Amino acid sequence: MREVVLQMPGDFAEWRHAARGLLVEGVAPEDVSWRSGLEGASLFGSSAAIESTATISLPRDLIAMAGRVICYRDAEVPARLYRLVWRALHDRQLLTRTTDPEVDWLRKADKATRRDVHKMHAFVRFRRLGEEAGREAFAAWFEPSHRILQLAAPFFRRRFYGMDWAIITPDARAIWHEEQLAYGPGGTRDEVPTNDAVEDQWRTYYGAIFNPARVKISAMRAEMPKKYWRNLPEAQNIAPLLAGAGARVERMREAAVSSANPRSEKWRTRMPADPILDHDVRTLDEIAREIRRCVRCPLYCNATQSVPGEGPEGAQIMLVGEQPGDQEDLQGRPFVGPAGQVLSEALEEAGLERRRLFLTNAVKHFKFEPRGKKRLHQNPTATEIDICRWWLDKERALIKPRIIVTLGASALRAVTGTGASIKSMRGGVHELEGGTKLIATIHPSYLLRLPDRKRVAEEREAFVTDLARARSYLV
Amino acid sequence: MTGKTILQKLAILADAAKYDASCASSGTVKRNSVSTKGIGSTEGMGICHSYAPDGRCISLLKILLTNFCIYDCRFCINRASSNVERARFSPEEVIRLTLDFYKRNYIEGLFLSSGIIRSEDYTMEQLVEIARSLREEHRFQGYIHLKTIAGADPGLIALAGLYADRLSTNVELPTVAGLQNFAPEKKPETIRKTMALVRVGEADAVASAKNRLIGRAKPPRFAPAGQSTQMIVGADAARDDDILEAATNLYSGYRLRRIYYSAYSPIPDASSDLPPMRPPLMREHRLYQADWLLRFYGFERAEIMEGGSDGMLDLVIDPKLAWALQRREIFPVDINRAPRELLLRVPGLGTRAVERIVSVRRLGKLRLGDLAKFTTSVRKLLPFIVTLDWQPGKLTDSADLRACFAPRPEQLALLL
Repeated sequence: MREVVLQMPGDFAEWRHAARGLLVEGVAPEDVSWRSGLEGASLFGSSAAIESTATISLPRDLIAMAGRVICYRDAEVPARLYRLVWRALHDRQLLTRTTDPEVDWLRKADKATRRDVHKMHAFVRFRRLGEEAGREAFAAWFEPSHRILQLAAPFFRRRFYGMDWAIITPDARAIWHEEQLAYGPGGTRDEVPTNDAVEDQWRTYYGAIFNPARVKISAMRAEMPKKYWRNLPEAQNIAPLLAGAGARVERMREAAVSSANPRSEKWRTRMPADPILDHDVRTLDEIAREIRRCVRCPLYCNATQSVPGEGPEGAQIMLVGEQPGDQEDLQGRPFVGPAGQVLSEALEEAGLERRRLFLTNAVKHFKFEPRGKKRLHQNPTATEIDICRWWLDKERALIKPRIIVTLGASALRAVTGTGASIKSMRGGVHELEGGTKLIATIHPSYLLRLPDRKRVAEEREAFVTDLARARSYLV
Repeated sequence: MTGKTILQKLAILADAAKYDASCASSGTVKRNSVSTKGIGSTEGMGICHSYAPDGRCISLLKILLTNFCIYDCRFCINRASSNVERARFSPEEVIRLTLDFYKRNYIEGLFLSSGIIRSEDYTMEQLVEIARSLREEHRFQGYIHLKTIAGADPGLIALAGLYADRLSTNVELPTVAGLQNFAPEKKPETIRKTMALVRVGEADAVASAKNRLIGRAKPPRFAPAGQSTQMIVGADAARDDDILEAATNLYSGYRLRRIYYSAYSPIPDASSDLPPMRPPLMREHRLYQADWLLRFYGFERAEIMEGGSDGMLDLVIDPKLAWALQRREIFPVDINRAPRELLLRVPGLGTRAVERIVSVRRLGKLRLGDLAKFTTSVRKLLPFIVTLDWQPGKLTDSADLRACFAPRPEQLALLL
C-alpha cells in the first residue's frame, strides 16, 4: 500500500504532481491511500516522495474537470480522481460514458463546484474600507461550500480592476492590490467591517422591488439557499417583508379603486391632436399621413407600419408593386429590400432614373406568416387588394401619371380592377381611362425565385425591355 | 416634491419599476475592465445577485428615472391619473447608485426605464445621457439595459444602441384592441416602429462590421444583447392563443431575444375596470413554457394550442404534456432510435437531456436506469418512451393518464 499525504487540500498542483508519479510507476488505484496532511501523521510510514518528469497524456477535459473537482470538499476526492485518471489512460472515451457511476460522480461534483463558484461570484458583498490616492478599497467575508477561492478570484479581478479589494474566506484569502492578485491564509469574519454606508440603500431597494402579491418563497430558496443568508445584508429583510406581505395586498384590495388624481391634468402636455383630414387630400404628405393611419383591413394589426408611395409629385411614370416586404415594412419605404435592389438595377439598365419615378404598392401593409425568426411573404387576397385600392386611386389622382407600370398580378388587379392576367396584357401598351398608358410586367421578386440561371437572364431581359418601353412614352 | 432623500426616491422609483418582469443580464459581448482600468465586466452569462421573496432574481438595478408620466395607461401604477407618490432622480443620482451598488457586487448593471415626461424625445435623451456618462466618463463596463421610449427620435435610438447592451420596448398588451382600450395614447404602430428601428440598427451594425475595410477598426456594436419586450397577461380579455400569436409575430419581425410575460398584479391605486385579483401566475408560467416550445423545441403555435381548449392553455399540466396527450399516436418514442426532433417532443425531456441521449447512445443502448442520470422525472417519461428494458404497453393509451400527472388537489393558500 502506497500512502500519499497532501499538505494542501484543494491544491491541484500538489495532487497532480503525486498522481503523475503514481501513474508513471503504474501504481493501481487500489494500492494507494490518499491522506490529508491536516489529519495528522499516519501510523504507517511516510508519504512516498515521488519525483518524475515523465509526461502522461490524458484527455484535456478530464484535467480541466479534475482541476475544479479537487476543490470539492470531500475526503474521498483525491482517491476518486486518481481512479478516474487511471481508467482514462486506457479508455479515451471515459468522459462520454455519462452512465458510468464514477463519471457520473465526477460530473456531479464538477457541477457542484462550478455552482459554488457561481454563487461566490453572485453573493460576495464588498464593504468599503476607505480611499487612498483616489483608489477605493473594499473587503468581503465569504464562506464557500468548497475550496474554490482560486477558481473564483480571477472573475473579481476582471470585474473590479479599478479598485483594491480583498476576499477573506475561512480557508484562504485573495487580495487585489497594486494590480497584483495574491493569495494568503484564511481569516475570520471580524477582519471585515460590519457595515457599509450603502447597505441601507441596498436594503431599501431590495424591499421596494418585492411584489407582495406574488410570494414564492421556495423559488427564492432554491436559488439563494439559506446557508448564504448570513453574509447577505439584504437577507435580514426577508422575514419582515414576508410577514407584511399579506397585509399589504389586503390594503391594495380595499383601496382598489380611487378617483383620478386631480393634479394629473397639470402634468400632461396634451399632444397636438393629429388633424383628421377629410378625404380630399391635396398633397402627397397628406396622403402618406392618412395611409399611416389606415385600419381598413386587418393587415394593420401585425405589420410594423404602412408604406405609402414615394416619389416626386410631377412624376410621369408610376410603378406599382404588390406590397411591402420585410425590409420595406421595417423601414417604411417602398422597394428597399432585395426585390427593390433588382428593380433599381433594371431601371438603370432601362435608362430610367429611380428618383424621378413614383414607386408605390397595390397593398400598403406587409402581409406575412411568421415562421421562426423569419416572416414569410404571403400574397394579398383579391379583397385586400380591392380594399387598398382606395389609397392607390388617391395616389393616382394626385400624381396623374402619363404611364403606369404594374409589377406582378396584384398590381395589375389593383390598377385595372379586373382579374386580367399578365400574360394576356404583357408586351403591349394599354390605354386606361383618362388616357393613361398601362404597361404590365412581372414583379422583380419573380426573378429572385427562379431556380434556373438561364431563365433568369431571359426573364430579366424581358423585364428591362418592358421598363424601357415605358421610357419611350416620356415627354 | 423636492427635498426627498435618496432613500425615499429609491423606495418610490424601485417600487414603480418592479412591474417590469425583465431582469436578464445575459447574452451580451464579453467585456472587462482590465484594459480600461475602470469598473465592470460582462461574461456572456449574467449573474443573479440576489432573490426577492417573490422568487424573482435581482440582477440589475432596476429603477425608473421618474414615475411622473404624461400617459394614462390604465394598467400602470405610474399613469398620470394615479395617486401614487411621485419622485424623480437626477442623472447624477442614478449614476452614483449604479456605481456604488456595482462596486459592492450587488448588481450586474443598470436597467433604466422612465415615465414619460415632457415628451418622448426629452425622456429618451435623459436615459441616453446617463448611459453615455456611465460608459464614457466612468469607464463602466457592466451591463446596461435601456427602455426605449416608443416614438422617440430615431437618432436617439441609434445612440441608445451604442451605449446599451440591451434595448427594450414594451408592447404592453398583446392585441391592438387591448392597447386601444387600456392605453389609448400608446399606438401599436409607434411601438412596432421603434422595435423596427432597433432591428435595423442591429442589422446595419452587423453589415458595417462585415464590410469594413480595415480588419482592426471594429465599428461599435449596436445593443449586442439584442432587444426584448414585455406583455401584460390577464389585464385584458386576450386569450393565450392571441398572446402566442402576437409573440410569434414579434419574434419573427424584430428578432427579439425574449418576450417577458408579466401576470397583471393588482397595483395600489388601481383603475376601476381592472381585476383586483391575485395575479395569474400559473398562466404566466404556462405562457413561458409555451414560448420555450416555440423557440427551442420546434413547435408551431397551432400545435401548442392543441393541448389547450378554447384558446387557453391547460393550467393543470404543462403545454408539452398537454400536447402529447392529444397526440398519443406518435408515442411511445424509442429513446435509442428516434431522431432528435422527436425526442424533443417527449414530455419530460429537455434540450440538454436530448443532447446527452443523442451523444451517449452512440456508445451503447440506453436503459431506463440510465435516463435517471439525465432527467429528474423518469416517472413522467414512462408512458411516452421505449428503452432496452421498458415498454409502456397499454399505459400510453390509458384513459386516466392525464389524471396521473395532474397534481393532487390542495387546500388553497390562506394568503389571499
